[in-house]
Amino acid sequence: MKQKSLIDDLHDIQEEEEKNYLPLNKMIKAAKTTGISEAKVYGVSTFYTMFSVYPRGKHIIRVCRNLSCHLSDAEKIVEKLKEILNVDFGETTKDGEFTLEESSCLGMCSVAPAMTIDDEPFGNLVPENISEILRKIKEDSKK
Amino acid sequence: MKIYRIHALICAGAQCLAAGGNGFEEALKNELKKHNIEEEVCVVETGCMGACQLGPLLVVYPEGIMYTNVEAKDAKEIVEEHFLKGRPIKRLMWKKEGKEEFPGLKDIPFFAKQTKIVLRNCGLINPEDINEYIARNGYKALAKAIVEMKPQDVIDVVKESGLRGRGGAGFPTGLKWSFAANQDSEEKYMICNADEGDPGAYMDRSVLEGDPHSVIEGMMIAGYAIGANRGYIYVRAEYPLAVRRLETAIKQAKQAGLLGKNILGTNFSFDIELRMGAGAFVCGEETALINSIEGKRGEPRKKPPFPAISGLFGKPTIINNVETLANLSVIIDKGAKFFKQFGTEKSPGTKVFALAGKVNISGLVEVPMGTSLRKIVFDIGGGIPEGHTFKGALTGGPSGGVIPMEFIDTPMDYESLPALGTIMGSGGLIIMDETSCMVDVAKFFLKFVVDESCGKCVPCREGTKQMLKILERITSGRGQKEDIDRLEKMGKLIKLTALCALGQTAPNPVLSTIKYFKEEYLAHIIDKKCPAGICQFSALKEGGKKHEAKVTH
Repeated sequence: MKQKSLIDDLHDIQEEEEKNYLPLNKMIKAAKTTGISEAKVYGVSTFYTMFSVYPRGKHIIRVCRNLSCHLSDAEKIVEKLKEILNVDFGETTKDGEFTLEESSCLGMCSVAPAMTIDDEPFGNLVPENISEILRKIKEDSKK
Repeated sequence: MKIYRIHALICAGAQCLAAGGNGFEEALKNELKKHNIEEEVCVVETGCMGACQLGPLLVVYPEGIMYTNVEAKDAKEIVEEHFLKGRPIKRLMWKKEGKEEFPGLKDIPFFAKQTKIVLRNCGLINPEDINEYIARNGYKALAKAIVEMKPQDVIDVVKESGLRGRGGAGFPTGLKWSFAANQDSEEKYMICNADEGDPGAYMDRSVLEGDPHSVIEGMMIAGYAIGANRGYIYVRAEYPLAVRRLETAIKQAKQAGLLGKNILGTNFSFDIELRMGAGAFVCGEETALINSIEGKRGEPRKKPPFPAISGLFGKPTIINNVETLANLSVIIDKGAKFFKQFGTEKSPGTKVFALAGKVNISGLVEVPMGTSLRKIVFDIGGGIPEGHTFKGALTGGPSGGVIPMEFIDTPMDYESLPALGTIMGSGGLIIMDETSCMVDVAKFFLKFVVDESCGKCVPCREGTKQMLKILERITSGRGQKEDIDRLEKMGKLIKLTALCALGQTAPNPVLSTIKYFKEEYLAHIIDKKCPAGICQFSALKEGGKKHEAKVTH
């Protein structure tokens, strides 16, 4: 009954990939099955910030950079993340665990500064707790 | 039905979970088991209770006592002292200015001074159980509409109620519906815009997470009124919890026979599908949203034709915001007259604001339209943290503007805010104190727009970029005297020429801060000083390229 759109398909493809991205051959395949041109599929894939056409880490960290977070010193959280992970926005850690991204607003302004790791929300962040959160995520995913 | 001695309501909204709510629930359940009172205490996971900043939250009935900032280690004391011995834990109770405890929820000004229509069930019921929604008169209005009323009657009641679109523009909902209802087409669509993206706004997420059935019921009433049999909920992928609760709610409504063919034995059939966004602010614009549901890039279309005439797949389509839809069952059930007793003549009903920033209690606040900003910030939100002073409130996110102290008594409604040069927007309300730099805030929103502009039209794509360049110059101490004029001139031009509402409103934060805080701009440009001490004048050297933070693909 449920008719899927190309965006749903791309979400599915990306979810299946351990490296959280849209491989070229799968985008081509999606174009064939949907009858949409390859160029348009690529256009959609690169329009939305949650899709990536390059391999990413196992976990996607999205730091909120909305004004409420900005007013609550989110920049310190950003600095700490960059320092611990040794990456910049859009980059993946050497061990392939984390990719650091920014979000325009996660809608968690009351517990600012906030971030999500995959689907899990974290709020009231302080720089001191960041490494513990990351350690737990890594540990839990090994189970 | 099982009778419980105690009901323990745990807020399972995303913000309470983000603050560590998950661990508390587990600990509480373990304690109940340990003392063998699992059969006496009913633990309910509810949606957002509103006072998000003090989360994780727990409310214990029958007393109605609210515990704030609960942690896993508090569970033992709560069970042993309160649940077993009837002695509330004073140290965890909500306190008046940090001293005296409030006896119950109804005594706390934050809750007592609100009027809840949209949030009537949020924080009270388990959003994952349709029976709890039905027990609170859920789906009664749907039954009334499709059994007792003709589609035109439904439109008339909504017109009479004066309900206006809560997504930001404030367009009369009943009138919008009548455009699509008058179209002669076999296929029509009803879309719920749940792509809440305004920085500072999270009321829609709380409704989706806390009371998803109210949105589904609203969509069905709207669908019946305009003659649509299919609905789409377009929800942003950043809200995984809302997506999950919506999926559950749709499934339960189908099982209960409330969604599907011949609903309640009538000729009315209606189905709802979920569509996820993928991270694009512009998709909150209705024509961009339609493109995105169709699986395309979320670029806006030119209007006319308006979606009510030619929208999704070229068919008549009505797009309503989450909060608008959540009002509908109350309007149909209790009538237009009931609804109109709240709010102002031209803006009836209530509005949910997401209070954030430099305020003592941030969270969700629902008040009658026309309530003053002062009442929201000081009476409900508990004022500004000690030692600081109110400087301004931002409404409408990147499309809005700032309300300075001199206008703090302005009624918050669809007429008064535009007169101040801002907009109601979706209800984000970010409070700033003297430590916030207004030029920095304007720059912040412009950077947001530059990142989120879809790139289709030149004024928005290039114009906002040029404005941002000027603002970066000003905040790094290289501003020129003519820059304020340049910003105003370009801002006005972009407003007139951009294709969609994103671009047309993008200059608002800049124009509004220039209007009320010109002296701050001048301090940056002429004195090379940032009065709030935010802007670092040495950090950016001439010609040096600041790190471009947009995620590169």
